[in-house]
Amino acid sequence: MKFVDEFQDPRLVKGLLQEIGALAKRRVTFMEVCGTHTMALFKYGIRAMLPNLVNIISGPGCPVCVTPTNVLDAAMDAVRKENVILATFGDMMRVPGSSSSLEAEKALRFDVRVVYSATDSLGIAESNPDRKVVFLGVGFETTAPSIACTVLGAARKGIENFKLIAANKLIPPAMKALLEAGEVQLDGFICPGHVSTIIGSEPYEFIPKEYGIPCVISGFEPVDILQSVLILLRQIDEGKSRVEIQYSRSVKPDGNPIAKRFISEVFQTVDSDWRGLGEIQASGLALNEHFREYDALKYLGIELKEPAEPPGCLCGEILRGLRSPPECGLYGLSCTPERPVGPCMVSSEGTCAAYYRYSRGARA
Amino acid sequence: MCLGIPARILKLEGELAEVEIGGTMYKANIQLVPDAKIGEYVLLHAGFAIQKLDEREALETLKLLEELYEIRR
Amino acid sequence: MSGERILLAHGAGGKITRRLIEKEILTRFRSPILKRLDDGAVLAFENLRLAYSTDSYVVDPIFFRGGDIGKLAINGTVNDIAMCGAVPMYLTTSLIIEEGFQLEDLRRILNSMRDAADEADVEVVAGDTKVVSAGSADKIFINTSGIGIVEKEVSGSNAKIGDKIIISGFIGDHGIAILSEREGLDLKVPVSSDCSPLNGLVSSILGATEGIHVLRDPTRGGLATTLNEIALQSDVGIRIDEEVIPVRDAVRGACEILGLDPLYVANEGKMVTFVSPRDADRVLEIMHEHKNGTDARLIGEVITEPRGMVFMRTRIGGERIIDMLAGEQLPRIC
Repeated sequence: MKFVDEFQDPRLVKGLLQEIGALAKRRVTFMEVCGTHTMALFKYGIRAMLPNLVNIISGPGCPVCVTPTNVLDAAMDAVRKENVILATFGDMMRVPGSSSSLEAEKALRFDVRVVYSATDSLGIAESNPDRKVVFLGVGFETTAPSIACTVLGAARKGIENFKLIAANKLIPPAMKALLEAGEVQLDGFICPGHVSTIIGSEPYEFIPKEYGIPCVISGFEPVDILQSVLILLRQIDEGKSRVEIQYSRSVKPDGNPIAKRFISEVFQTVDSDWRGLGEIQASGLALNEHFREYDALKYLGIELKEPAEPPGCLCGEILRGLRSPPECGLYGLSCTPERPVGPCMVSSEGTCAAYYRYSRGARA
Repeated sequence: MCLGIPARILKLEGELAEVEIGGTMYKANIQLVPDAKIGEYVLLHAGFAIQKLDEREALETLKLLEELYEIRR
Repeated sequence: MSGERILLAHGAGGKITRRLIEKEILTRFRSPILKRLDDGAVLAFENLRLAYSTDSYVVDPIFFRGGDIGKLAINGTVNDIAMCGAVPMYLTTSLIIEEGFQLEDLRRILNSMRDAADEADVEVVAGDTKVVSAGSADKIFINTSGIGIVEKEVSGSNAKIGDKIIISGFIGDHGIAILSEREGLDLKVPVSSDCSPLNGLVSSILGATEGIHVLRDPTRGGLATTLNEIALQSDVGIRIDEEVIPVRDAVRGACEILGLDPLYVANEGKMVTFVSPRDADRVLEIMHEHKNGTDARLIGEVITEPRGMVFMRTRIGGERIIDMLAGEQLPRIC
């Protein structure tokens, strides 16, 4: 059992597609809220293989895309200060802020470093005791526990020159905000498999209960995604909605309790600004009172400016599932992967980037 | 949302574990899955093991889908 | 923003590099030969066609599993000449060395270069050495240029509809070997750079068949970028099959961890060959008998539409477009 190849088996794909074909009787729209799902759909060419009646749209599942410009600007303010090293996940390097990007700042000789793991930035802090190492913590609940561990590690080892820009967000509140706005008619949610590995299935229960919409927590291989589509269709057929776990090899109903504990030990839930969605209640993580000393922006005296959107950029509506990339006037013309205007194009998992990469900017 | 890769545990070294993905080795942080054992598979994300992979569940899922394939042939 | 400063992405070999070349270089240097943007220039004299090429090597780390910057510098230019359908004969080499560089390391690199030149059967006939003050260069930079006599003219613009596409072996080895040795990544990958000379392989296939139309080595930007370049240069479409593209498990694993795609990872000892269908089997046969082609595979073919694009049949039977690399491939978590 290697946990990957088996879930790419073309025979299982075939069986699933046939069953889906038989069950899909009316037009349905499912939303996925996970950048890796967005990519997987394109990477394997799944949308084209599904019957026309089944429509999958992308929601705000790309943490890079929903991080507001002002946070990125603040990170750039930080790295421009004396003796600061900014450590970040690679995903954030090319995202445009209001006037620059971390990649451009690096070209100007500011010390921006890409790390693979949050704890790598602790290592950098230890090797550079006379500099301040600021880690840009972006991501959803999947990444929050490892960032929490990193802060705890800094506290335990007395690494005082490590600071965090806490920008993690929570997915279920965003799903609630989308449903409350009532802009898109949805027949089901494909829920994020790795976020759910941490939080479990309980946080999604309100969706079938209060909105009558089926939810399936899905893995990322083609077989996982197709099986999730099938499960959603079956729920619709039965007329019952509930939260089901397709990705059972990784997701337990209570998620990972240890990881959840780490999150609550270090963070507190706060209202948070989402690019394209505005402010959503209780949807972000900030350092709690015990770990305030690690707050980079406070320490460096940086204030968050008012967030500003580039004119003409439809990232907001695309993130809400209202429009698709080709409908944006900038898409493929002034906004391309080499010259991105909005984050949906730059982030490798942004909806626009995925569309562009796999359909070459076709505006059909 | 995030890239999570199945990795097999080869060695345990306190907070870290040496894991293997198709021949590549990495030292993953296992603070989130402290009871992981040698030989088990974990999900690796941004340098951390975030969950143990349940082989039984995986096999059950595959069995169901094999049956579906057989019915539909 | 990026129009004002040169970024690392400008050197990555993808679209951004291409745009720099088109906007700044081709507008100033008007040679129609340059415009072809092949790996090397083919120059016609009365009785002779010469291939001429140059490349600079700035790799970091300078010593890695499977080679070093010196071996890379020799083989890189040998291969560029070979990709022009030529027999590489003479190389020049320029060294730019940072003040303080260890003489022992220089000796190691020079030994590698000597060994590589011997293996490729080329002669280093002229050179230059400069030293710059500490901090002005990263340890050592090497430029090599080379010439060779053309056996058969091949070019990125010669692909014909129906041509079969062959890759000479496993992709992604070099890029992953380099990346895994960069500081800060606790990745142990049992993969060595595939850095090696391809002129022997090229000569054996050119000597045995007539139908070879394109040769190219997928270096920066990987196989995906190279195929896109050829599709554009030849104004054809390309279709490849994901299932048959050879990637080592360890490379796949390392790519998965870092969120990279093997199709975009650099190679230094591989080539793609576009060959007429009737000669494809023979080419494969010859490659399999050569030490640098034992894992050669037929991975696709040239199609009519859509022009200038590369399609891939995915392993589950779907289809997707393979685009050119935009900027740098950065490790990602999402």
